[in-house]
Amino acid sequence: MLEDLTAKIDKALKKITGQGKLTEKNISDTLREIRVILLDADVNFRVAKEFIENVTKKAMGTEVLASITPGQLITKIIYDELVELLGSSNAEITVSGSGLTKIMVVGLQGSGKTTFSAKLARKLKGMGRKPLLVAADIYRPAAIEQLKVLGKSIDVPVHAPGQIDPKEIASGGLKYAKEHSLDTVIVDTAGRLHVDEEMMTEVADIKQLLQPEETLFVVDSMTGQDAVNSAKAFNDKVDFNGIVLTKMDGDSRGGCALSIRSVVGKPIKFISNGEKTDALEVFFPERLASRILGKGDVVSLVEKAQSAFDEKEALELQEKLKKSKFDFEDFLKQIKMIKKMGSLSSLLSMVPGFGSQLKSTDIDEKAFVKVEAIINSMTIAERRNPKVLNGSRRSRIARGSGTSIQDVNRLVKQFNEMQTMISRMSKMGINNSLFKNKNFKFN
Amino acid sequence: MSLFKNFNFNRLKEGLKKSSDKLVGKINEALTGRAVIDETFFENLEESLVTADISYETVTQILDETRKQLKNESDRTPAIVLKVLKTVLINNLITIDPARFEQRITVNKPYVILIVGVNGAGKTTTIGKLANNFRNSGLNVLIGAADTFRAAANEQLEVWANRSGVRIFQKSMGSDPSSVVYETIREAIETKTDIVLVDTAGRLHTKLNLMEELEKIRRVAGKLIPDAPHETFLVLDGNAGQNAIKQMEEFQKICDITGIIVTKLDGTAKGGSIFQIGRNSGTPIRYIGVGEGIDDLQDFDPVQFVEAIISSEKIIN
Repeated sequence: MLEDLTAKIDKALKKITGQGKLTEKNISDTLREIRVILLDADVNFRVAKEFIENVTKKAMGTEVLASITPGQLITKIIYDELVELLGSSNAEITVSGSGLTKIMVVGLQGSGKTTFSAKLARKLKGMGRKPLLVAADIYRPAAIEQLKVLGKSIDVPVHAPGQIDPKEIASGGLKYAKEHSLDTVIVDTAGRLHVDEEMMTEVADIKQLLQPEETLFVVDSMTGQDAVNSAKAFNDKVDFNGIVLTKMDGDSRGGCALSIRSVVGKPIKFISNGEKTDALEVFFPERLASRILGKGDVVSLVEKAQSAFDEKEALELQEKLKKSKFDFEDFLKQIKMIKKMGSLSSLLSMVPGFGSQLKSTDIDEKAFVKVEAIINSMTIAERRNPKVLNGSRRSRIARGSGTSIQDVNRLVKQFNEMQTMISRMSKMGINNSLFKNKNFKFN
Repeated sequence: MSLFKNFNFNRLKEGLKKSSDKLVGKINEALTGRAVIDETFFENLEESLVTADISYETVTQILDETRKQLKNESDRTPAIVLKVLKTVLINNLITIDPARFEQRITVNKPYVILIVGVNGAGKTTTIGKLANNFRNSGLNVLIGAADTFRAAANEQLEVWANRSGVRIFQKSMGSDPSSVVYETIREAIETKTDIVLVDTAGRLHTKLNLMEELEKIRRVAGKLIPDAPHETFLVLDGNAGQNAIKQMEEFQKICDITGIIVTKLDGTAKGGSIFQIGRNSGTPIRYIGVGEGIDDLQDFDPVQFVEAIISSEKIIN
């Protein structure tokens, strides 16, 4: 009954030898794996390298909780940093309370500017604003027509004077909005390549003229390594203040967002995830971080371990271990802690590579129930001092817990063995790294 | 008859030059900065290749292959390493024999080509350019506007048809795209058309219903001409990263992709995902798009493509 549990604790203790803190050695495999994950997610080569280097430099030496491995811990730390870097809060757009709010939409060809412009107009209209769409893409055939059709479908006026100078279109849009008492102008500009000097100058000129409250850089979430170059060029030219990630309803991992954030440091404001005009979401960094990194299983495993781990109890336990005074009371606490983390099988199924094997491995969840029942049937005195457990006490406990006397005997025997093992380890000074505090956060 | 008479290598190089300059600089640095070619040199090469959107898996394989062919210490000079690397890269890219393509077009009339891809990849623009090129080769072209979903897709295609001086068949927005395909092919047969180019709506490869719609389009195309569509071209955005590989896999499941077209290569993106696509599927890369002009579609040439990514003249000067 208890063999399984003891074996696991034993194994955990052994594993922890030399793994109590994050070192270059014990996380190198994980880091290599994560680097490839990031590259496959289209995070720029340089960005991925520097990101991992910076995070690990800060995390080095962090204490590792008993129930997790260094690899799992560094994965969680990387996830947290990823969330942090992607933006710790979801940034809404600025709309001025009074007067005209001007929003300008820029980006490469085919990134989804026109569709996004319509979605944004619809969203703002839903918020009670009175938007105007301005068709300033005079280059792509029928782009103006497309915006007109979209505007009509969402019942938002479109200023589209035709194939004239985009600057004139923009200023005409402002005038139109004022005349028609509209409060928000969304200017859809033409898609352009960041290396096209002439076109980049044009977009800068439009911005100069509009003086927009918001300039949004629309980027296809499927973009690869080159995202750093285009984003930087656009940022240099128009100094945009937000990023829109489009086509997120596909299966791209969206690593380009991390590249862009790293290079230009501007917040991601919207996620566009469908062809219909209502498919627009505000941005949640956690979701994107999970999408880029995967590893949601490891992250939640570490989170659970961290929340279940009571620091004060751990310190008390550490003291007891030092004095070799680990008793049934402590044991009960340990079991409760593990139970707080969920069932053992659900816990193990979160460990990558383990979940699939789990079906064939038989985990006796009932072992815990029995152990708990037995300990609960002991008096406090018995728990604190198991030596008093004679035959009659044992048979009382067996009756009280609904187990057999053999079960009680086995538990007591294994508990004694565990105590011997712990006292041996404690003399070797390992317990220090075992149950030390969970405070591995860093800034 | 020769297709794509207007092939202009300089334009391709101009387009890719901006992108290759930086890469060349990096490799140059790797070469001149170090007396010997060691692991650091290979690491730098790794960076250059990954940054070109070649998948990490493929980069590892390509560098392994390169390393294997460089067993002799004396081979390890910058010039030889690059030469071997280029050969390995080129071998990953598959092309078709233009003469065979021309022959197939001559035998099968009308020759139906379906153009598919995700949203914003550049399908419609590519069709405009293809139509222009085919027409310039003396072929009679009909465009079928089967993107009945996106706002103003019809109008956009119409502009391109006018520019290239070819005919277009279209129905109103919201019509069943399969019926557009059917009627386009029927008209093509009646009017003795040489080439039918079918524009389809952009669809993300993860959208099951849209992929099913594509399957239906394909099926309907075969009703009047059993072999149609004779070809299906997948248009990939040159800016796309590793997702291009998934796009290829998913579209391949629905339709037999016979060719890849990579667009928007006139920026700084390099479209390196096609190396793995070539490796995995054996599908040839047919054309590349290097600009918004009607002439900015080029036959794909693997030697020049690789040369434009890694330019040795600049490295060994």
